[in-house]
Amino acid sequence: MEFTTQHLIALLPLLVTCATAVVVMLGIAWRRNHTLTYVLSVLGLNLALLSIIPALGATPLAVTEMVQVDRYACFYTALILIATLACVTLAHAYLGEHDDGKGYPGNREELYLLTLLAAAGGILLVSAQNLAGLFIGLELLSVPVYGMVAYAFFNKRSLEAGIKYMVLSAAGSAFLLFGMALLYADAGTLNFTGIGTQLAANGLPSAMAQLGLGMMLVGLAFKLSLVPFHLWTPDVYEGAPAPVAAFLATASKVAVFAVLLRLFQISPVANEGLLNLVLSAIAIASILIGNLLALIQSNLKRLLGYSSIAHFGYLLIAVIASKGLAVEAIGVYLATYTLTSLGAFGVITLMSTPYSGRDADALYEYRGLFWRRPYLTAVLTVMMLSLAGIPLTAGFIGKFYVIAAGVESGQWWLLAALIVGSAIGVYYYLRVMVAMFLVEPNLHRHDAPMRWAQRAGGIMLLCVAVLAFVLGVYPQPLLDLVQHAGLAFAG
Amino acid sequence: MILPWLILIPFIGGLLCWYGERFGTTLPRWIALLSMLLLFGLGLWLWATGDFTLAPAPGVAPQWASEFQVPWIERFGITIHLALDGLSMLMVVLTGLLGVLSVLCSWNEIQHRIGFFHLNLMWILGGVVGVFLAVDLFLFFFFWEMMLVPMYFLIALWGHSGSEGKTRINAATKFFIYTQASGLVMLVAILGLVLVNYSQTGVLTFNYADLLKAELAPRTEYLLMLGFFIAFAVKFPVVPLHSWLPDAHAQAPTAGSVDLAGILLKTAAYGMLRFSLPLFPNASAEFAPIVMWLGVFAIVYGALLSFAQTDIKRLVAYSSVSHMGFVLIAIYSGSQIALQGAVVQMVAHGLSAAALFILCGQLYERLHTRDMRQMGGIWARMPYLPAVSLFFAAAALGLPGTGNFVGEFLILIGSFQYVPWIAVLATSGLVLGSVYSLIMIHRAYFGPAKDDSPLAGLRPRELGMVLGLAVLLVLLGIYPQPVLDTSAASMHGVQQWFGTAFTQFASAR
Repeated sequence: MEFTTQHLIALLPLLVTCATAVVVMLGIAWRRNHTLTYVLSVLGLNLALLSIIPALGATPLAVTEMVQVDRYACFYTALILIATLACVTLAHAYLGEHDDGKGYPGNREELYLLTLLAAAGGILLVSAQNLAGLFIGLELLSVPVYGMVAYAFFNKRSLEAGIKYMVLSAAGSAFLLFGMALLYADAGTLNFTGIGTQLAANGLPSAMAQLGLGMMLVGLAFKLSLVPFHLWTPDVYEGAPAPVAAFLATASKVAVFAVLLRLFQISPVANEGLLNLVLSAIAIASILIGNLLALIQSNLKRLLGYSSIAHFGYLLIAVIASKGLAVEAIGVYLATYTLTSLGAFGVITLMSTPYSGRDADALYEYRGLFWRRPYLTAVLTVMMLSLAGIPLTAGFIGKFYVIAAGVESGQWWLLAALIVGSAIGVYYYLRVMVAMFLVEPNLHRHDAPMRWAQRAGGIMLLCVAVLAFVLGVYPQPLLDLVQHAGLAFAG
Repeated sequence: MILPWLILIPFIGGLLCWYGERFGTTLPRWIALLSMLLLFGLGLWLWATGDFTLAPAPGVAPQWASEFQVPWIERFGITIHLALDGLSMLMVVLTGLLGVLSVLCSWNEIQHRIGFFHLNLMWILGGVVGVFLAVDLFLFFFFWEMMLVPMYFLIALWGHSGSEGKTRINAATKFFIYTQASGLVMLVAILGLVLVNYSQTGVLTFNYADLLKAELAPRTEYLLMLGFFIAFAVKFPVVPLHSWLPDAHAQAPTAGSVDLAGILLKTAAYGMLRFSLPLFPNASAEFAPIVMWLGVFAIVYGALLSFAQTDIKRLVAYSSVSHMGFVLIAIYSGSQIALQGAVVQMVAHGLSAAALFILCGQLYERLHTRDMRQMGGIWARMPYLPAVSLFFAAAALGLPGTGNFVGEFLILIGSFQYVPWIAVLATSGLVLGSVYSLIMIHRAYFGPAKDDSPLAGLRPRELGMVLGLAVLLVLLGIYPQPVLDTSAASMHGVQQWFGTAFTQFASAR
């Protein structure tokens, strides 16, 4: 095929992100400087974000067999880039300044490099329209994350989390590859559209294709930490440095979910018969088990880990609904979820800033926070309410959309699970919330710096909180955006 | 243009209270008082000037005494649509009045985090006014869920801890989970209704007036009605779903109890009258006998449990369950007179329950206990308060001359026409009511005194609040006509929707 400027423009966000990674790498080789590296990464990510605008003009366009740049891809690219930007900003605050002897003792700069690489993988993943593209994107996303999770390797937990994530993620990838091979053997093509037509051609998909799809689902469910493939989640969330956990919860999961949705939308047969039943079972199990296990956590990061399991269970309802509002609902839900998770992990990051061995993630460390840091508490309160899906916050709009998609396609059992799950969920979100307003204990090891709100991380966090509130009150702009972020079906 | 201000005043007032805390501890109280007075004044002004012969009725496009509409979320055809008729007018005025009282009754009780307390108090009231005014189903749900959060904080942060194992946080969480879960069921039902309407007309809308016209298959209608009913039944509370109420009341600060009993319970009755019956008349009529028996059960069960309590606030809380049982019967009886009685009963119960909770709060400030076994002989130890309590206990048992009598009498006489057996059984509530009301007076104020030291008398502020309520209750008792006139058109509309279907079902049975 011919490679024109149009193709390059369509690929601009990916190219800019990759270029930034190269520049950052050369920068580190030339001179180690934390702030410089940070500024370079932020500049590159912002440029990539801006380059979506010209890329939108070129859509929809298939660049090679593997990549389809459409409005859907652009929307999720933007979401990933924004999440990455936020994580990078948080990481800057978290690693701390070298000069005053506080903060992270090792080399700080490589974290940015790894994050940029993972972001590039995410961007590739959301525009993949081919099993090979899917696999390359997924590995490019996952492999740097191993390093990121274990970045604070002086800390036993971080190292343990890194190894655990690597082993389980590799196992997931193996399942994925095997599934792809089976599917290829049956359909004879790697292209999503081709698979769809091949499978639909002879009525129900053959046993081999179903098995292949099922194994692929297992692989993706590992990355999305859906029950019963969720066992790594709480440990990894707990062990990973807070900004990395934020990346894992947002950018990484968004990208994987986006490609899962594209696969199921383009080849709808993948979501029929037995597989539909399996998906429903996974959704219900994720909602119930995620919420129930979150109840007994006294560690905020683990709690958020379990809550994310439940949230992706809610999202599966829309995937199963698959028609009508579903794609839109997932877009809105992922956007609001990303925003909320960034806010929640952001507060944890600032509380643990600068790095001092262990993150401030025990619930008791947040007791009475309101009387010390009222605005930080307000941010976390909004985030908890948003995760619980209470009106006036963005999370409510997301939940509303998912329920609408479920009602539209009559998924009553799944909706019942959602209602039960939300009722359970409210309990632990409220527990976190009310702890912050109680009388404070006498000693506390961790605290956000007094002037947290005047640093980049703090400003970003306040913006996230305001946005979560504004989108809860006036969501129309987001809905417009998502409504136009439809999939392009042409192969 | 005045309707949005009814909602905005409490919200803005609340934020000002929070900021006002920096400039002293009294400022937030005054800001809160002023904004509540403003809300109450605006309400009274609207009541005086509005034309309440306009109300939604079947067959024609709903007419309102006042209306406000701006687009909000175009994607789903959601608008900020507020409207006022006689029923919502009365409820808004009641909210304003009880808002003023709840600020006044926490003047001494709340001594820390005053700004944040008033923020929560104001936001509850703002949310409640929103519920009473919203005629877009999404907006209604929005306010319905929104008012839970400040109420949760109110109970969890400023509440009293009860006996062991019953902390205020548990009570608050229980309240929140009950209402949130049932609210989601209602959200599913709302979306179901909207999508059924969408499949028929091709228009995606949450507007009350448009959804009234939706044609529903009987089975669908029944299921959707149940979805709404569950949410309202939890808040009402209808007996099997009531267990959050005594805990929440016992643990809440006085202002929280006043709001909870006075107006939050009324949002459920309002929701049934405004949404359940007009949207699903046939299914409601089919369901009505079950609901009315639940009402009878609530009356007797609430009264019996009330009698058995030793905690004075739990006693009043269970008496609310019993009184709201009357309202439930009235709503589903299909009689215009009973519906009018329900409105009077809602207002009267709002006033009398608020007064009783304020009195409990005043007693608690002096005795530091709510346990009636620790009381006794208070009549001799302090002036005024016991006498005033006796008056409100008499009002609660439905003594002629008080508003409660008018309400209960209208409800019984109205429903007797249609469902005589239920009315007869419900009458037992009056007898049981006198038992628990008088036993409360007897245990708390008479009998041997535990201690002879005199207690501090009521301050003018405290006395003024309860005497004001007493005067209003007597006024309502001897001249209820203004209230009846205001709600007449609204209740007539509800009766037309529901009555026809009810008579059909009654004759078919």
